[in-house]
Amino acid sequence: MTDDTLLSIRDYNIVYETERPVHAVRDVNLKLQRGEILGLAGESGCGKTTLAYGINRLLRPPAVIRTGSAILHDKGGYDIDINALKVKELREYRWDKVSMVFQGAMNALNPVISIEKQLGDIFSTHRPQMSKADRREESAGLLDLIGVGRDRLRSFPHELSGGMRQRVMIAMALALKPQLMIMDEPTTALDVLVQRDILQEISELRSQFGFSVIFITHDLPLLLEISDRIAVMLQGEIVELGTAERIFRRPDHVYTERLLQSFPSLTGERGGFIRSGNDETRTKDEAIV
Amino acid sequence: MSTLEFRNVSKEYRVRGASKLKAVDDVSFSLEPGKTIALVGQSGSGKSTIAKMLVQLERPTSGEILLDGKPVPRFGRGLRDYRRHVQMVFQDPFASLNPFHPVEHHLERPLLLHKRSTRANLDAEIEQLLTRVQLTPASEMRSRKPHELSGGQRQRVAIARALAPKPSVLIADEPVSMLDVSIRLGVLNLLGDLQREENLGVLYITHDLATARHFSDEIMVLYKGVVVESGPADDVILNPQHDYTKRLRDASPNPESQFATP
Ligand SMILES: Nc1ncnc2c1ncn2[C@@H]1O[C@H](COP(=O)(O)OP(=O)(O)OP(=O)(O)O)[C@@H](O)[C@H]1O
Ligand SMILES: Nc1ncnc2c1ncn2[C@@H]1O[C@H](COP(=O)(O)OP(=O)(O)OP(=O)(O)O)[C@@H](O)[C@H]1O
Ligand SMILES: [Mg+2]
Ligand SMILES: [Mg+2]
Repeated sequence: MTDDTLLSIRDYNIVYETERPVHAVRDVNLKLQRGEILGLAGESGCGKTTLAYGINRLLRPPAVIRTGSAILHDKGGYDIDINALKVKELREYRWDKVSMVFQGAMNALNPVISIEKQLGDIFSTHRPQMSKADRREESAGLLDLIGVGRDRLRSFPHELSGGMRQRVMIAMALALKPQLMIMDEPTTALDVLVQRDILQEISELRSQFGFSVIFITHDLPLLLEISDRIAVMLQGEIVELGTAERIFRRPDHVYTERLLQSFPSLTGERGGFIRSGNDETRTKDEAIV
Repeated sequence: MSTLEFRNVSKEYRVRGASKLKAVDDVSFSLEPGKTIALVGQSGSGKSTIAKMLVQLERPTSGEILLDGKPVPRFGRGLRDYRRHVQMVFQDPFASLNPFHPVEHHLERPLLLHKRSTRANLDAEIEQLLTRVQLTPASEMRSRKPHELSGGQRQRVAIARALAPKPSVLIADEPVSMLDVSIRLGVLNLLGDLQREENLGVLYITHDLATARHFSDEIMVLYKGVVVESGPADDVILNPQHDYTKRLRDASPNPESQFATP
């Protein structure tokens, strides 16, 4: 049997080298399996997006990868050292091997280009052999898949609701069937029913095509439901990593415990938890190097 | 100030290459001072369209929007006053902040423009606002540019900006969607305090049924532009009448039952 690790991250440290440097990712070590859905949770500002940008080689100064490596074990049987990718190689790497649904995805679409053209452009860039008719059919199929519907192909981004735009970005990330999809808060504007349909689709596609997903959110109940494993991040560090069930039953870290406890219950006592948000023990200061 | 009322409001859009779309279909409600109404519903059901009509970024195709019984002012000084009293937190914090200006700039303008602050105590006001939304240390955060902030941090800037002119009505479109629970509850509690102490009226748009229930007096459920159910928050969640509300409630993640030992 071959090793089925898709991504290995070792001793990863990222710092924003500003006047008061921010050590946003600290000593992260992580192995992601092929076909796995890994949930990444943690409070606002703890470094989730920064880590995801590192893996996608999207960091810009003043962000610096201080130490560490990220290796993608391609299904073609060779390794890709992500930190060492050249500009030309990056073009092939992004979208094709690793795709990303950006946080704030509803703002990431080009406002003056129709949905049809934005989806079509991914195919014409990465699959130049595809015919125009095929491109249109693929794009329409993707819109159906995510529940926006093919009759919105000719719409422009501002004519779609926030959640619809978010779903178009998910469609773009799925378009080329990459080996890894990083989804950064992809469902903040989606109601639970739509959210569920989409996650179901992603899960089916995953078993069909065998890709892995890193799913970033602060929504722990959602993560417990969809993830194989969950990593909990606190001030740049991964403080806990385990199966969803283990994390739910026996969290190791007090922070995880607190995350699990502070969710308001939908049908429980009204107002019981209100004010528990102002937890004095919370460390609010940022991680400063 | 100030009861805002929607009376039989509808909004139609044209969809390219297809027929017309009724994004909002004959919706009526009234938002009273000191009350919070939660607006929940399907993605694309018309929630943001309602919000945009309330702050006059969109005009209804038919129906009326009334402020204390009179049509809302549409121009001039009346409109300027209205704009101060009715503030909005937009759904997308990534689009609504100016990338060229630091955090403090976004707060300075509403504070000075609406005479909520003098030059002399501006600094203190800014830091107080940032602290209230838990963007700390405020003295450091105030000089950051939007791209130097995480998603949830930007969302809190947007909230602070809306609160700066001390509005009497706040339209908050998914204001806490990117915040983790502890900060989320902190921000919602802050809105709750303002509602009680300063009589703030809040329209809270969310897809999170749990916070809708715990932080609102009333819930309205929107489905394809139509209000299919509305009433006291507990009634709507604990005893939903409409099929869509039931499905929405039953689909909410529930770890207790997922890992229940058989
Ligand atoms: N360009 C920058 N300069 C300085 N600090 C930055 C910069 N970009 C991000 N940061 C800081 O780095 C830390 C990590 O940010 P990151 O965006 O990774 O957080 P996050 O976990 O994704 O948070 P959220 O859940 O709110 O999106 C935050 O404290 C943020 O303020
Ligand atoms: N300018 C426009 N032109 C055409 N259609 C529009 C326009 N603005 C909104 N729509 C359509 O109106 C409907 C309602 O959109 P709205 O943004 O109000 O939904 P929403 O309830 O806020 O959804 P979400 O939860 O996804 O943000 C959608 O079908 C949307 O595509
Ligand atoms: Mg983020
Ligand atoms: Mg919306």
